[in-house]
Amino acid sequence: MSFDNTGEPGAAATLGAAGACFHCGLPVTAGLDIRVHIDGQDRDMCCHGCQAVAEAIIAAGHENFYRVRTEPSPSGQDLVPDFLREAEVYDVPEIQSQFVHVAAENTREASLILEGITCAACVWLNEQYIAGLPGVKSVSVNYATQRALVRWDDSRIKLSEILQAIQKIGYRALPYNPDQQQALHRRQRRQQQRRLAVAGLFGMQVMMLSISLYAGAWSGMERDFEQFFRWLSLGLTLPVLLYSAPPFFGAAWRDLKRLRVAMDLPVSLAIAIAFASSSLATFKGQGEIYFDSVVMFIFFLSASRYFESMARQRCAASVEKLVQSMPLMTTRLESASDAGEAVAAATLAIGDRVLVRPGETVPADGEILSGESAIDESLLSGESIPLARGPGERLLGGSINVTNPLQMRVSAVGADTVMAEIQRTMERAQADKPPLARLADRVAAHFIAIVLLIVASVALFWWWQDPARWFEIALSVLIVSCPCALSLATPTAISATLGRMQSAGLLVRQAAALERLNHVTHVVFDKTGTLTRGKPELERIICDPEFDQDHCLELAAGLERHSEHPLARALLREAGAAGSDKVSRIVNVAGGGISANIDGDEYFIGSVDFIAGHTDATLPRDWLDAIANDAVTAVLLARAERVMAMFTFADGLREDAPALIESLQRMGKSIILMTGDREASAARVAEATGIDDCRAQMSPLAKMEAVQALQHEGARVLMVGDGINDAPVLSRADVSIAMGGASSLAKTSADIVLIGNQLQTVSEAIMVAGRTQSIIRQNMAWALLYNFGAIPAAAVGLVAPWLAAIGMSVSSLIVVLNAMRLLR
Amino acid sequence: MEIIYLLIPISLILLAGIVWVLLWAVRDGQYDDLEGPAHRILMDEDKIVDGQKNSRRGDAG
Repeated sequence: MSFDNTGEPGAAATLGAAGACFHCGLPVTAGLDIRVHIDGQDRDMCCHGCQAVAEAIIAAGHENFYRVRTEPSPSGQDLVPDFLREAEVYDVPEIQSQFVHVAAENTREASLILEGITCAACVWLNEQYIAGLPGVKSVSVNYATQRALVRWDDSRIKLSEILQAIQKIGYRALPYNPDQQQALHRRQRRQQQRRLAVAGLFGMQVMMLSISLYAGAWSGMERDFEQFFRWLSLGLTLPVLLYSAPPFFGAAWRDLKRLRVAMDLPVSLAIAIAFASSSLATFKGQGEIYFDSVVMFIFFLSASRYFESMARQRCAASVEKLVQSMPLMTTRLESASDAGEAVAAATLAIGDRVLVRPGETVPADGEILSGESAIDESLLSGESIPLARGPGERLLGGSINVTNPLQMRVSAVGADTVMAEIQRTMERAQADKPPLARLADRVAAHFIAIVLLIVASVALFWWWQDPARWFEIALSVLIVSCPCALSLATPTAISATLGRMQSAGLLVRQAAALERLNHVTHVVFDKTGTLTRGKPELERIICDPEFDQDHCLELAAGLERHSEHPLARALLREAGAAGSDKVSRIVNVAGGGISANIDGDEYFIGSVDFIAGHTDATLPRDWLDAIANDAVTAVLLARAERVMAMFTFADGLREDAPALIESLQRMGKSIILMTGDREASAARVAEATGIDDCRAQMSPLAKMEAVQALQHEGARVLMVGDGINDAPVLSRADVSIAMGGASSLAKTSADIVLIGNQLQTVSEAIMVAGRTQSIIRQNMAWALLYNFGAIPAAAVGLVAPWLAAIGMSVSSLIVVLNAMRLLR
Repeated sequence: MEIIYLLIPISLILLAGIVWVLLWAVRDGQYDDLEGPAHRILMDEDKIVDGQKNSRRGDAG
């Protein structure tokens, strides 16, 4: 593969191993003598970049970094000197106004994206190092988001100097502009935390006092103390009521204004009534008080709402990560002179040419004009391995250029980019409620109306039966019957699942698809581009016994190097660096083959017809038979008088296809392969993957009819196919998963889009959908059981208000925590 | 038991202190990153003058 200089996966094991760079773990070229004295020894370095970085770290006194790190550091060889000059752009006040916050006279504050953080030691090193720079007032690095917040004295150090200093220790820092949405989330999260803290702390005091009051009621208590404790309880409940409860009151009021009955209404009623009657009892000096129930109710409800919004935000976080990964600045190339100019990424327009350096994030969608590099699309597609890309191929905004500088032409910006589309789709799917959740909402709304009726009749009944207890019992019923758990059961589970699917590379367009996915009985696969890669790969080399196979491949590669044909590319991928250089007199016959002179001999490579037309060689009979029977694509290599070797090509199977089919079969799904391709090649794929039911030579219409026929027999069909060619059958199936990656996102109507290229995630999707359904079912069963069991118990007077408060809140807490299991 | 009229106000003052500390902690962002500090505490922040001293300390621990 072509991205060997990004470091092997096993490089972590070679920290400081012989023959590897002590700093970054890459192999050291033999004979190269660059060393840095670290930890009492001279350590080998692979390049001057790593040497400079290591020396800067040692000079700053952070040698310890090398002892505690667990992953190799980013290589210093990618550090581009240009960046050091251009960092000064960030000192220009107009540009700074986008992301620098003026905290005081000379104090500035900015958030930085840190690139190259591989383990916790990197966080430590950055904090220590930045804090040690003269003029830096404070710095904190968030490990989870890899963002640093830096405050500095503008009169003593410039932002560009901080950025350059970070660059010196091998990391790349870029300022970024935390967007409004994110700031809002943070404010909300902190406010919820404060409300929870107040409710919890004051609540604990109230509970403590109530326990003394209960004990006092049991064993006798002086009247003065009792009254004192009651007033104290009132005083301690007040802050909880005023600070932590307003969200419930606000929501209830909003619903009332719109003449809707929702969950917050009984909650607010219960809180308000319990508090009012307890206060009255305190003033009068007689009667029951329920301050403990009030604070507990508020605390536990706030807790379950907090957890619910955490689950939601974690789903949103995977989207946010996308948005934040977009760079703020980029290098636009002048149309005439090719001179680079640093501009804000937001000002890019379609058709602009942009230079993307190694380590930089691609600022917009576009195509590569020149350069070849490995592109890391993991944020967009969940695919962890960088992909090799060359001129003419697409680049997605938000992916990271790993190895070499690239020039690109911008083809989409802002809201038209794939990343913006992913973000919108995620947000839509979250807002979309599956039928079960909609049903739960309707049931809950009716349920509340019924509950209020029940409360009224229970109150009347007890008023008449036992006037001393009517209030307590009615209050218990009101608290215990709140259908919070019922309403929280589904949405929490859905948002947890969506977040999880997104990080696995599956974009769910409709939450309702999760429910249908769970009921699938048949899985229909398309062949080309789905089970196979969709491009030819060298399958076999058949050699004339007189010739050496490696030699033939070398000759063929030497010839094919001069062709752009897909088969030639496939052959070169296999041959790698092999291939003779002494090729002359190249003749390229379009659609046929190539002839050229290598080391004085004339060689031909191409189709059967081309070889027959240009040489006197005859093809062995069994080779011809092999071509005819297996329906393979073949390329021949020949000399003037004889055929030397035959290369056969086939559309290569995805490595994870057999494993996927196997795991689907283990789940008990029937699997069918439908393809428009020929019988022989379809059968080969079916055999390799273990599919029994294989239908070849089907038009898209025939596929659709076949799916329809299956559905008539009662099957629920999941179609996995190419998003664009299989559109009719995808829309016919009960659930559809489209392949073809992020670029086809806007063109397909499939329920789920496989953004990464890992086919294996299909079975994971089915599994997660199954777990989601069972968790939703557990939640619903629990919520209904609780409500239907607790109301009668409370109505007959078996549940005290404080117990009701615990029961109700704990039941919704259980529902939320159960849903959060999906995140693991 | 009249001491309770003194003890309870003291506990309320303590409570006020605790509430203030917690609110400060939230505002300061102490709960924003619950993962990083767990790693950070493992790093030794002392500057190492010579490698030997550190390895001996490591053996003792």
